[in-house]
Amino acid sequence: MTELERQQWDVVVVGAGGAGLRAAIEARERGARTAVICKSLFGKAHTVMAEGGIAASMGNANAGDNWQVHFRDTMRGGKFLNQWRMAELHAREAPDRVWELETWGALFDRTADGRISQRNFGGHEYPRLAHVGDRTGLELIRTLQQKIVSLQQEDKRELGDYEAGLKVFQECTVTRVLKKDGRVSGVFCYERESGRFFVLEAPSVILATGGIGKSFKVTSNSWEYTGDGHALALLAGAPLVNMEFVQFHPTGMVWPPSVKGILVTESVRGDGGVLRNSEGKRFMFDYVPDVFKEKYAQSEDEGDRWYEDPDNNRRPPELLPRDEVARAINSEVKAGRGSPHGGVFLDVSTRMPADVIRRRLPSMYHQFKELADVDITAEAMEVGPTCHYVMGGIAVESDTAGALGVPGLFAAGEVAGGMHGSNRLGGNSLSDLLVFGRRAGLHAAEYAQRLPARPAVDEAQIDAAAAEALRPFSAEGPEAGAAPENPYTLHQELQQTMNDLVGIIRRAGEMEQALTKLAELRERANRAGVEGHRQFNPGWHLSLDLRNMLLVSECIARAALERTESRGGHTREDCPGMDREWRRVNLVCRLRQEDDAAAGTAGVTGRIRLERRTTEPIRADLLALFEKEELIKYLAEEELTE
Amino acid sequence: MSAYQARFKVWRGDRSGGGLEDFTVEVNDGEVVLDIIHRLQATQASDLAVRWNCKAGKCGSCSAEINGRPRLMCMTRMSVFTRDETITVTPLRAFPVVRDLVTDVSFNYEKAREIPSFVPPPGVAAGEYRMQQMDVERSQEFRKCIECFLCQDTCHVVRDHEENKEAFAGPRFLMRIAELDMHPLDSASGTGLDRRTTAQDEHGLGYCNITKCCTEVCPEGIKITDNALIPMKERAADRKYDPLVWLGNKIRRREG
Amino acid sequence: MATGTEPPQVHKGVHEATRAAIGPRHLRTDRWWLAPALTAAGLLAFIVYSTWRAFANADYYAAPYVSPFYSPCLAENCEPMRSGPNWEIFGSWWGLSPALLILIFPLGFRLTCYYYRKAYYRGFWASPPACAVAEPHKKYSGETRFPLIMQNIHRYFFYAAVPVAGILTYDTVLAFRDEHYEWGHMGLGTLVFLVNIVLIWAYTISCHSCRHIIGGRLRHFSKHPVRYRLWGWVGKLNARHMQLAWASLFSVALADLYVYLVASGAFDDPRLF
Repeated sequence: MTELERQQWDVVVVGAGGAGLRAAIEARERGARTAVICKSLFGKAHTVMAEGGIAASMGNANAGDNWQVHFRDTMRGGKFLNQWRMAELHAREAPDRVWELETWGALFDRTADGRISQRNFGGHEYPRLAHVGDRTGLELIRTLQQKIVSLQQEDKRELGDYEAGLKVFQECTVTRVLKKDGRVSGVFCYERESGRFFVLEAPSVILATGGIGKSFKVTSNSWEYTGDGHALALLAGAPLVNMEFVQFHPTGMVWPPSVKGILVTESVRGDGGVLRNSEGKRFMFDYVPDVFKEKYAQSEDEGDRWYEDPDNNRRPPELLPRDEVARAINSEVKAGRGSPHGGVFLDVSTRMPADVIRRRLPSMYHQFKELADVDITAEAMEVGPTCHYVMGGIAVESDTAGALGVPGLFAAGEVAGGMHGSNRLGGNSLSDLLVFGRRAGLHAAEYAQRLPARPAVDEAQIDAAAAEALRPFSAEGPEAGAAPENPYTLHQELQQTMNDLVGIIRRAGEMEQALTKLAELRERANRAGVEGHRQFNPGWHLSLDLRNMLLVSECIARAALERTESRGGHTREDCPGMDREWRRVNLVCRLRQEDDAAAGTAGVTGRIRLERRTTEPIRADLLALFEKEELIKYLAEEELTE
Repeated sequence: MSAYQARFKVWRGDRSGGGLEDFTVEVNDGEVVLDIIHRLQATQASDLAVRWNCKAGKCGSCSAEINGRPRLMCMTRMSVFTRDETITVTPLRAFPVVRDLVTDVSFNYEKAREIPSFVPPPGVAAGEYRMQQMDVERSQEFRKCIECFLCQDTCHVVRDHEENKEAFAGPRFLMRIAELDMHPLDSASGTGLDRRTTAQDEHGLGYCNITKCCTEVCPEGIKITDNALIPMKERAADRKYDPLVWLGNKIRRREG
Repeated sequence: MATGTEPPQVHKGVHEATRAAIGPRHLRTDRWWLAPALTAAGLLAFIVYSTWRAFANADYYAAPYVSPFYSPCLAENCEPMRSGPNWEIFGSWWGLSPALLILIFPLGFRLTCYYYRKAYYRGFWASPPACAVAEPHKKYSGETRFPLIMQNIHRYFFYAAVPVAGILTYDTVLAFRDEHYEWGHMGLGTLVFLVNIVLIWAYTISCHSCRHIIGGRLRHFSKHPVRYRLWGWVGKLNARHMQLAWASLFSVALADLYVYLVASGAFDDPRLF
């Protein structure tokens, strides 16, 4: 039996981004003793990187907006693959979630009559994004962080201890979700600073770990985005859904190399920025797909008029959903019409006065000035697609955010799948965090309180988790005495593989190649070794994260190979069209049942098993929100007649 | 521009001791100091401890001291140094060291908890908040703070006097008080809390001698001293050192 | 290889046992000492000059110019200045230089000014000498105790600085006379006075206390549109408070020097018209 510290909590939240913090607030307010555990310092989560805003149909900028319109936009953006009940809940509840932030001290930009200002964004019919300049994510995380502090102050007043009811374990990593008799019983963790292991025993665990971007070379995501929650869920027996859908944000920085991939917010386009190729042409007009033909401007003049008069003009095609814009940029660069560093030009300097740019896009101005020595008020930015978001994730029940098949396990935010279908609209992630973070917290607290007896922790699982975590210190090469693998090298090879072979444009042969390479990397990762000791050792941490990145990478590659169509964030060069029959199919990834040791050795092709699942038909009243002509483009014949 | 070999001195060690270690490492066009630290990790010192996250100056994790100046490693471009310069990177020197470039910043989280939170206006439902842009702009400037704690690190009040940590919240959290005191709907006064007097009596505003190092190091360019600390000192003076204002407030309870 | 040693235990601050063991009290490689050195030199020069001039009790009036150090002149021993600011409030018992009576106000205003505080805390007291350079003091209590807690009365000096600036404005108007008190003339000295009074006002108005009183103390700007606009203007000036502090310090000394040179006969005021 491994000797380590154990603590008992009602709810454990893994991840302290927007979803995790919102979940923790809700669970604590429902009376559950809640622990939050996060890899970074409190308040540093990747949510701070969100720039544009929170999508919520408050109707402050255009009174025509309501939840039905928001729902419609979300479904269109996701090419109707969305788990429709999630999209419905999301559209209905988002305004309340935003307003609630104000009561916790958030300060959004205002309209002239003092309400929350809302801005335009790709795929949204009306100006809908509540924002604070271009640092909305920071405002969100800080507001939630300060709300948590305020709850802790309450606990201090009543119970004499700040951490009596809500505690943040910062700079700690969870490596396993523990289970007993099929139910969640806790998590196994290590403290990054000391390398010390500990166990948090809890009947409810909420995964809110974000995405998987660090499996790709060019990404807007931070080091934390190693797919931990996805992997923890898989290892705990929960399925992942829609993993083939990875969003490449159309505008990431492309130069200098060290910042390649860092995001350039969509607000640049929402506020008037335009995309041009090396010939100076606004090429997006050539890339409006048929399903969107009626919704977008056909000429530059009309597009330009829209910024002033959105009711009588159609929006410019720069504001198409992200997948369309990313593919268009990719095509332009491939056709030799790219910018010097392999992107295209994004220009605001000729569209707005310098002081307006500095006021509306302060952090973009700052980012380009400081990192690329480019003054965006005077010259165009160079941008290109960057891996940004995974639509796929843990398959959850829409109302409760509970992971399918694992009682006590919940998921919210980017780590949960389904909500965004095959492509997420900008602004919908922050609202997703709040809506489903709250729901996860609510249901996790209820589940913990309803459970008559707490599942005990299985000692054997703790021993196994400890042994697994310590393996990198005793790793050896393929022959005894040979040097172990360098985790940094393995990580680089993985990123290169995913970027080149399962990237923005996919082909069957390349993905098969990727799967072979992933199998090889997995085997080598078992031999990843590190120097030094357990105290704040980044090499060790990376060795442990490799397991997670390899698992999610395999999910992405397998699902992408299986889906023989192009839809949203999944583009197959060999299957270019969208196929209505595929709309009803979700691809579900599960862990193979072989034991760990066998799966790691050569000969076993992979650890992931794919299943096809038919989606639930969309409820009739929601379907009625769309025109018949539009539905024909997406839905199969029999779905329409039903 | 082409790649070249740069000389670095990086502090390595932990609480039991340590020192500056010499490295020679490749530098490419357009790189920042954090890139070089990562290259050291990947090629020469796999266990070199460093905190970082977003790599775009938005999360405030990679704070360190470069050539003796508190800075974000991800926002310090290598092109600001000459090629024959030796670049020294050390952990923040105002906080206890954990290992290598990582320090224990818990002081800041403790101080954050001591600042009373936003008090919502009673009787105003969510969704009914009305605020004018001109009224929120001052606090919005302070909410740009990414909590890199460089201001806390450079402030001599605690950097040079460990014993003041007890009484002094530091620029970041005095600014937080200013943010709340200027929030158009904060109703702390309704609960009997006067943020202006407590700033001085409980959070150590008087220790600040406005020497502006916090403003100098702020990577977000927030005018901490001119817009937060000095206005708070003036607001405290309203309450404590201005008999006219004090009297006026006694006679008719005015809300500015 | 790590070459460090145990941190020395006698020093504290950056050499606290818990902090990274780094020998030097700072690692800055730039010329960080330059700014405090220049500040100290500049302030010292002004102190020496103004002390000499304030105690001199001579050569401070050359019609139509009165040295700003001696205006208003409030004792009986003042030189007569026709319609000038010599009001004998203090009567005949005051035997010292009349400058001492009035200089206390601008001196106090500048001494408690938020910019000058920074300047002399850094330049003279090395607290701190520069950012991230350890200060040489064992203890530090900032402005929490007497005497430095008195810095909080800055606003009263601001209140006093406004009428003083008003009188200097009056002096500048009087400078549009010639040496025979005929109106409608202008000399080089008038120009010096004009520049000086503009800088004095700009410095006075850009004061942090003024910014607070004008509008900074309000919670809802939207309810006070005029004060909000004024606050915005003062804020713009306030951002240049440091530059204005130096410029007005220099110009006031220059105006005094000009009067001295003319009054002592070393220089003849060139008349422009």
